Amino acid sequence: MSENKKLRMQLQCPMPKLDFDVITLGHGSGGVLTNTLLDSGVFDLLSNDILDERHDGAFLELEGMTAFSTDSFLVSPIFFPGGNIGELAVNGTVNDLAMCGATPKYLSLSFIIEEGLPVKEFWEILVSIKFACEKAGVKVVTGDTKVVEKGKGDKIFVNTSGVGPIHKKANISSKNIKVGDKIIISGNIASHGMAIMSVREGLEFESEIQSDTTNLNRTVLSLIEQFGSDIHLLTDPTRGGVATVLTEIAQSSEVGIDIFQKDFPIDEQVASACELLGLDPLYVANEGLFIAFVSESEAHSVLETLQQDKNGQNAKIIGRVVTEHPKQVIIESAIGGKRVISMLPGEQLPRIC
Amino acid sequence: MKYMSEYRDPRMAKKYLEEIKNTVSRPWSIMEVCGGQTHSLVKNGIIEMLPDTVTMIHGPGCPVCVTPLNLIDKAVYLASEKGVILCSFGDMLRVPGSQKSLLEAKAEGADVRILYSPLEAVKIAEDNPDKEVVFFAVGFETTAPANALSVVHAHRRNVKNYSILASHVLVPPAIKAVIDDEESKIDGFLAAGHVCTIMGNTEYHPISAEYKVPIVVTGFEPLDVLQGILMVIRQLEQSKSEVENQYARIVREEGNPDAQKVIDEVFKVRNQMWRGIGEIPESGYAVREKYADFDATKKYNVTIEEAPENPDCISGQIMKGIKKPFECSQFGKKCKPTNPLGAPMVSSEGACAAYYHFSGMVEA
Amino acid sequence: MCLAIPGKIKSIEMQYDGRVRMAKVLFGGITKEASLEMLPDADIDDYVLVHVGVAISKVDEEEAQKTFKYLEEIGELGDLTDVDEYLPKSN
Repeated sequence: MSENKKLRMQLQCPMPKLDFDVITLGHGSGGVLTNTLLDSGVFDLLSNDILDERHDGAFLELEGMTAFSTDSFLVSPIFFPGGNIGELAVNGTVNDLAMCGATPKYLSLSFIIEEGLPVKEFWEILVSIKFACEKAGVKVVTGDTKVVEKGKGDKIFVNTSGVGPIHKKANISSKNIKVGDKIIISGNIASHGMAIMSVREGLEFESEIQSDTTNLNRTVLSLIEQFGSDIHLLTDPTRGGVATVLTEIAQSSEVGIDIFQKDFPIDEQVASACELLGLDPLYVANEGLFIAFVSESEAHSVLETLQQDKNGQNAKIIGRVVTEHPKQVIIESAIGGKRVISMLPGEQLPRIC
Repeated sequence: MKYMSEYRDPRMAKKYLEEIKNTVSRPWSIMEVCGGQTHSLVKNGIIEMLPDTVTMIHGPGCPVCVTPLNLIDKAVYLASEKGVILCSFGDMLRVPGSQKSLLEAKAEGADVRILYSPLEAVKIAEDNPDKEVVFFAVGFETTAPANALSVVHAHRRNVKNYSILASHVLVPPAIKAVIDDEESKIDGFLAAGHVCTIMGNTEYHPISAEYKVPIVVTGFEPLDVLQGILMVIRQLEQSKSEVENQYARIVREEGNPDAQKVIDEVFKVRNQMWRGIGEIPESGYAVREKYADFDATKKYNVTIEEAPENPDCISGQIMKGIKKPFECSQFGKKCKPTNPLGAPMVSSEGACAAYYHFSGMVEA
Repeated sequence: MCLAIPGKIKSIEMQYDGRVRMAKVLFGGITKEASLEMLPDADIDDYVLVHVGVAISKVDEEEAQKTFKYLEEIGELGDLTDVDEYLPKSN
């Protein structure tokens, strides 16, 4: 998100005058302080008819098959180029629901705040959450706030859970993957992870890399509306990157996956940053990105349609499902050699070797 | 990226592979010394594209893998018990010591930080005058100038709370140790291009002459490695044994004299323990007496006995190219990247880890 | 071992009381600082190889092209009509 946009957001939602600068344990204990914080902030900003009831739970009317998803967000630093933990939390669950072929409707929102977090930062995160919700068309209908002692948290952890009706034409399941399916990626890889790296102490570098966090629900649902059950599987390659998510899919199936290094779209600066730190972009985290397994016959139409969407301009076909080497993902390198993609033992770390 | 992407051209790679196929007339074993070259061979799928008659043997070129266990234990001890800010390259974090790794120590609350450069560690020391900062200075000769420079910077800026825990290993003695082992059958070498960037090529001429092996100083991109392999094979086919420089765009015959000066200013050569191989004479660096204040081994009087290696681990034979990883009884069974029994499984450049990933073994 | 990548020197300044020559190096669009203490002759617009924050060598442009001419030199590049298409483009 641009600096201008951020500024406009803050101007539209100025922080109320409060007689405290930092969040303290008292703010999470459920008493007067808690109400002051929530009344002056959370409820006002996120106000909607369901949340305004302020009951212990939200009353919802849901119809038909419903998707339900949850995710917790621990990103550090909490403010990074292109966004912050707030919008990440909204977009993350919105996108998980979209990957189920569902229209995200209602979210829960929980905070675990480390004592000492400046209220100004909390407010900025809330404002981002408000705008992310509006953009995605979702409502926060229930939530919780707790405060932990200093040292027992990492500034702030956020959890969002979400529900939404599954599109009638959606038929998303890993069981639907067929040999011949083409694998489409919606845009440039590794942007989010490298945006975080660019501001991580000890590894920082100057760049214009921004996190790609955004809501993908409209993009995905319009594809489902148009192509229905030709879209066999959707998934978003967040932690662990594209390589991890494809390996998981292959290992739990009876098919093999072939992917091609030369076809992966990647921003030049992101690629350079990966070279600098010795990271393989295929294992770097993404946020506003999804992978679709599409029937062979419709793959090119899906691709063309996606490329017209603002969230899919860099979309490419990066691989296909094959009968050979079941349960394995094999990548053809830039020079034509092949190797098996495997899962990393843990988070990928920068290296000098 | 200029001077990088061009060396990944697929058409030129095909030409080199064809030429290698056309030149080879009998089986040859070539050792690529440097872990970065192993990484390139595996990542680009080059090994399986080479003709069957060319066998690549992965050398001991992984300073992470060969760092003695007790040094990792020292680093963990300093971070966990002495409350220092332990700064390190990312590679070292996951290496298990005899009890735990630095990553595990971090999870338990130790202040362990990943840095891109040792020069940043000096800054951290300046910013935290009431804490001690130790940099885990691991590497080949390539990294020695930067590690040495950090000591020089700290000395110049009068930073008293900075020191390095040094574990440097030198390549030429390792090559000699490999060739000297009567079981090893290596016909030619790809020397480590970035090590030679610093040290130059002169140390390799006597080795090449004495042992009659071709040594080609080689870079790391696919075309570099392929050209290096071709150059070795051409020599072997012509019964030559010379030192050639494939990586001449970066490596000068004399190396980088300014870098050598800084190394010499801070370090002196000493015998060094290589995990999995044993002690190799004159194959490591120790911090000179002049800079004792910046030597973590002197500053913190910690004696940790070298823990015994797992008896099932055959790393010595693997790193000398005598056996292949899949010839080890524990490979892929008890010994995997998440639970390495010995040095070559520890980092992704180690021979066993490289084979493990390459073969795509599924974690049980 | 020894992950090092080539970049172009964008600017040079003396840091730490004028004692340390540091460069801002451009790697395909991103910028990172590197010490030039090992390359006293390096200047703006030079391409240098950087390893863990220290520039350790200058790229020799002429030598850089030789990998693409090698096969031709040893007499094997028969059907490659234009070697120039492989050479590093100046940009």
